[in-house]
Amino acid sequence: MSDTDKGVAVRARGLVKNYGMTRALDGVDLEIPTGQVLGLLGPNGAGKTTTVRILTTLLRPDSGEAEVAGHDVLTDPDGVRRSIGLSGQYAAVDENLTGFENLYLVARLYGQRKAQARRRSRELLARFRLDEAADRPAKGYSGGMRRRLDLAGALVGSPSVVVLDEPTTGLDPRGRIEMWEVIEQLVATGATVLLTTQYLEEADRLADSVVVIDRGKVIAEGTPDELKNQSGGERLELVVGSAEELPLAMRVLGEIGSGEPTVDGRARRVDVLVDTGTKALVEALRRLDAQNVVVQDAGLHRPTLDDVFLSLTGRGTGEEVPS
Amino acid sequence: MTSMTKVLSDSGVITWRNVVNVRRNPEWLLGATVFPIMFVLLFAYVFGGAIGGPGGGGLAYREFLIAGIFAQTVAFNSSYTVIGFANDLQKGIIDRFRSLPMSRFAVIVGRTTADQVLSVVVLVVLSVCGLAIGWRIRGSVVDAVLGYLMILLFAFALSWVGAYIGLITPSVEVANSAGLIWMFPLTFISSAFVPQESLPGVLRTIADWNPFTAAVNATRDLFGNVSPPGWPEPSGWPAENAALYAIISSIAIIAIFAPLATARYRRVASK
Ligand SMILES: Nc1ncnc2c1ncn2[C@@H]1O[C@H](COP(=O)(O)OP(=O)(O)O)[C@@H](O)[C@H]1O
Ligand SMILES: [Mg+2]
Repeated sequence: MSDTDKGVAVRARGLVKNYGMTRALDGVDLEIPTGQVLGLLGPNGAGKTTTVRILTTLLRPDSGEAEVAGHDVLTDPDGVRRSIGLSGQYAAVDENLTGFENLYLVARLYGQRKAQARRRSRELLARFRLDEAADRPAKGYSGGMRRRLDLAGALVGSPSVVVLDEPTTGLDPRGRIEMWEVIEQLVATGATVLLTTQYLEEADRLADSVVVIDRGKVIAEGTPDELKNQSGGERLELVVGSAEELPLAMRVLGEIGSGEPTVDGRARRVDVLVDTGTKALVEALRRLDAQNVVVQDAGLHRPTLDDVFLSLTGRGTGEEVPS
Repeated sequence: MTSMTKVLSDSGVITWRNVVNVRRNPEWLLGATVFPIMFVLLFAYVFGGAIGGPGGGGLAYREFLIAGIFAQTVAFNSSYTVIGFANDLQKGIIDRFRSLPMSRFAVIVGRTTADQVLSVVVLVVLSVCGLAIGWRIRGSVVDAVLGYLMILLFAFALSWVGAYIGLITPSVEVANSAGLIWMFPLTFISSAFVPQESLPGVLRTIADWNPFTAAVNATRDLFGNVSPPGWPEPSGWPAENAALYAIISSIAIIAIFAPLATARYRRVASK
């Protein structure tokens, strides 16, 4: 798909932001073609929220420039605000207001007239499956419902650029899948979306392209597939019935995998990176079965942000690096 | 929409939101009605005998007391602004507002105005309670309305101080105390409950020049309520020009704290 002729909805160049001695952003560049979804992927503290805050005019960068929907964040913040919808890292829901009142409030502040604000709020409540709870105070909403209400708030003004900061962090698996479906619907309407996440899986499902940041710097960019390939594909994991079978399992996985297998003796678990996915899994099980090895558990794991990180930086996401 | 109508419309919407917010809070009913009524009864009947003196106690003291209690209750409502802002900052709601194409000023005006909307409700409740214990408006209706407006104006000014406090406090917990603590010296070192002349030394000077004293004295006067017989009449420029002094102080407080709060709002970032 060629989007170059449709223009760029978000463009940031050389964003730098310091908090005292902490360099939160160290020259971040990013660009989102109109109508596309960019996943900003990084571990905790990478600088995702800081980037989001600069692009949504909540924070001024120390240096660098950014344009959103054709408006400069520094010289025309009001223009930016008219064009964006933000759903922050923590759901900005007014607990004492009902779901309807929360949206109506935002609609009125976008400048909609009363009747229009009422209509738009009801429409979004229905779309986000909150119509049953619409007239109850948000205090009683579940985490997932709050998140959806917050996201609905970001869409009230029909913004051309939607910014979602970790929309699924803290949700249970069901809440996460519901949120993904809602975001996919949003994308189908043609909005440009900036989405931050700590999960490669989420970026893979939702984003057209991914920018990986770490300690305020962009360390990789590309499509989700490119990133997954960069991290060496999928990981095949087996648990065998007894410790005596481990060396045999290691040998088999060593032949099938694309790298050295690693072993966890206590859990009787062996794993290895594979390029051929399910084929490799079937092949491994077939060979082990032929040797009468009891396989208690087997699975293929998609690479996580941790795996990408390991391959990009040589360390895990949780590891502190002395600066 | 022109920018001025947008500011007004935004302020109205935010006021509505804040009033609904406080009203839905179960503590509101207690804070708005039970506490002030209890205060009226405590002062009137527990302290009243001693403060009013053997001859002048009872009914005369209750008449004196009402304007003071009204003003104090309404002043305390500025804490809704303090706690409200601290809450909105913590919950990320200020971030949401700051990302919207709305008037920044409206976020604060909507707070300080909401306090006064709530205050009107409380004043109605308190007036009924006052009437029940023998308080009467002895002047004209117009004067009485001006009396109510006087304390609302002063309370409005205090809400701007509250807005600034709410925007500088680091947490909701701190805001809970910070919103109330300055209210005690402000409202008690005054003529709200005792004759200001009865206060010792420097406290008397503070009470004399306390704008809250002026607001109370002006309202008392507009209600046509007088001090119990035998009490010294307050003297000095602030006492003799109570209404003027109260109005000037209110405007001065707003002139100082509105820009401070607005500037603070611009920089403030949610935690
Ligand atoms: N208000 C702040 N004051 C001081 N340091 C901050 C502040 N906000 C963020 N930081 C620091 O900046 C870095 C980036 O933070 P952030 O953008 O929130 O990361 P992320 O959203 O990716 O988790 C972190 O080291 C964080 O501790
Ligand atoms: Mg963050």
